[in-house]
Amino acid sequence: MWLFLLRRLGQVIPTLLILSVMVFALQQLMPGDPALILAGEERGDPVVLAQIRAELLLDRPLAEQYLSWIWRVLHGDFGFSWRIHMPVGDLILTKLPVTFQLALMSFVIGVLIGVPCGVLSAVWRDRPIDWVINGIALFGISMPNFWLGIMMILFFSVDLGWLPPSGYVPLWEDPWMSLQTTIMPAFVLGTGVASVLMRHTRAAMLGALSQDYVRTARAKGLGERLVVGKHALRNALIPVVTLGTIEFGRLMAGAVLTEQIFSIPGFGKLVVDAVFNRDYPVVQGVVLATALIFVMLSLVADMLYMAINPRLRTA
Amino acid sequence: MNALDVDRLSIQFHTDRGVLQAVDRVSFSVAAGRTLAIVGESGCGKSATALAILGLLADNAEVLGGIRLAGAPLTPEAQRSARGRELAMIFQEPMTSLNPAFTVGEQVAEALRLHEGLSPRDAMARAIAMLERVRIPDAARRAKQYAHQLSGGMRQRVMIAIALACKPKLLIADEPTTALDVTVQAQILALLDELKRETGTAVVLITHDLGVVQDHADDVVVMYAGRVAEKASAAKLFAMPQHPYTIGLLGAAPRLDSKRARLASIEGTVPDLRNPPPGCRFAPRCPFAIAACEITPPLVELAPGHFAACIRAPLDVVLAA
Ligand SMILES: Nc1ncnc2c1ncn2[C@@H]1O[C@H](COP(=O)(O)OP(=O)(O)OP(=O)(O)O)[C@@H](O)[C@H]1O
Ligand code: SF4
Ligand SMILES: [Mg+2]
Repeated sequence: MWLFLLRRLGQVIPTLLILSVMVFALQQLMPGDPALILAGEERGDPVVLAQIRAELLLDRPLAEQYLSWIWRVLHGDFGFSWRIHMPVGDLILTKLPVTFQLALMSFVIGVLIGVPCGVLSAVWRDRPIDWVINGIALFGISMPNFWLGIMMILFFSVDLGWLPPSGYVPLWEDPWMSLQTTIMPAFVLGTGVASVLMRHTRAAMLGALSQDYVRTARAKGLGERLVVGKHALRNALIPVVTLGTIEFGRLMAGAVLTEQIFSIPGFGKLVVDAVFNRDYPVVQGVVLATALIFVMLSLVADMLYMAINPRLRTA
Repeated sequence: MNALDVDRLSIQFHTDRGVLQAVDRVSFSVAAGRTLAIVGESGCGKSATALAILGLLADNAEVLGGIRLAGAPLTPEAQRSARGRELAMIFQEPMTSLNPAFTVGEQVAEALRLHEGLSPRDAMARAIAMLERVRIPDAARRAKQYAHQLSGGMRQRVMIAIALACKPKLLIADEPTTALDVTVQAQILALLDELKRETGTAVVLITHDLGVVQDHADDVVVMYAGRVAEKASAAKLFAMPQHPYTIGLLGAAPRLDSKRARLASIEGTVPDLRNPPPGCRFAPRCPFAIAACEITPPLVELAPGHFAACIRAPLDVVLAA
């Protein structure tokens, strides 16, 4: 098991290297000259431009730019946003809790809806309840998030006036208000997760329910609730947990449109604003941080898979 | 009173390609402490019969006829409450019949907790004792292991421990050794015999293997294409087989003493149960078939306790003529 983890860690390092090159290349490919933007009023003055270029190492060979960038990143320096006048690292750290809260709430909603629905539709396969659940899941997958978001705002905020239409209050400032501002976007994102998890849970449960050990459990005299909820579900959840972790990673990677619609100041909004403003250090930093989170979560997914799968744990 | 009475049991499976009559009016009884063997080729309805007794057939099955456990009719509700208590079963596939996600100790203990209301700790202690009883060496350590860490024979022992955990009145063993190698087969069957003697449980032993029948069964039901072909005590059946199918089986197993006898080579194949031949289902393969075999032969008692479903039985008369 430890060997497997070490090997997995070994695989992560080249992944991260390739990733960093891509993020760096992204910056090179972006249109517009950052020096021109930063120069602002003085963009006509070649001396100022040269000075800025030198400061940002823009006049050096690409390889050197890359190495010095990596060097700084490894020391926790993600660059400086001239626009917001803040180090990118600090900026990311202020947005991280927001995105984390939203992702966690969405994930919990997704699991609470998706897993039981998947179990139900597997148990009642090809019956009306299965059709209904599958229909809703299809709807949930194909419905654009921005549309559902706008509908929810129209209904719950504009018509009923129950929830604030947008904005965000940090959890530690006013927990109740914080929940009110995040529940709608979390629901929008959570339904997407629920649809995906429901389908995977259903497939895994159908597989588990046809196994011989389920027949053994029934022969032992266990009631259907234990047969389904314990013997089948425990096995069905093994692949679902891994998939769930990846879904969580997707949520952490930011929900660009949803955050935009609800004006939630998380990663999604940060990166969109940065792109529109050509705030390259921020774009780079966010992409890198998201990628890091994703890689870490896939490691976590592997560890969870090992932890809950006796066949691997005791191999 | 018999531990089990099966009275004109019929099972139909509704499939996309029509109705399949898997079992047709099968009757037999087993007394406490005795072993009844059900023998027959693959697909003749042995497992379906066993699963019908437990009430564990697939949803597309329709069951007719009566089943009584210790005299009491086994309704679906009665089956539900009898499973794991009075009624236990060991399956054909030891490799897949245990849950891979729980330790084998937990799986034995679960039955005890459910049926005897033991605390988790007491149930585990009893489970370890059960594992010792089915001769699993180092039971306390094995109890903490998962199925994939055990050999096929060990897994089947665990299945037996689960089945016997609550002292059932009837134990159905559906080809318990088919998937195991020969030495392990003998050990498992010896263990079943021993446990049967100790507990006085009735056993229905389903098998392909006539050697197994001769060594371990008191009574035998020979099934062909969903029907009883012949039914007798093991001694009578081996001494004076009356149904051409039984004779074929015995002929196909010439060295009975070598214990390697298996049902193998009777000419022809098993009929399609969706569309069985009229009359005697064995007719297309039967060397003794005559025109009258187109009428379904009744199961006739030729001698006390010895039944055969063949219009030409007793065959010794035919052969002598
Ligand atoms: N759920 C089902 N749906 C349709 N047909 C079925 C179903 N279960 C069993 N059958 C059919 O019923 C017949 C009897 O099957 P059964 O499993 O009882 O055979 P068996 O005597 O146990 O054979 P084996 O020695 O191979 O285990 C077979 O033709 C089988 O294909
Ligand atoms: S009834 Fe006829 S076909 Fe059937 S076993 Fe007897 S002799 Fe053969
Ligand atoms: Mg079978």
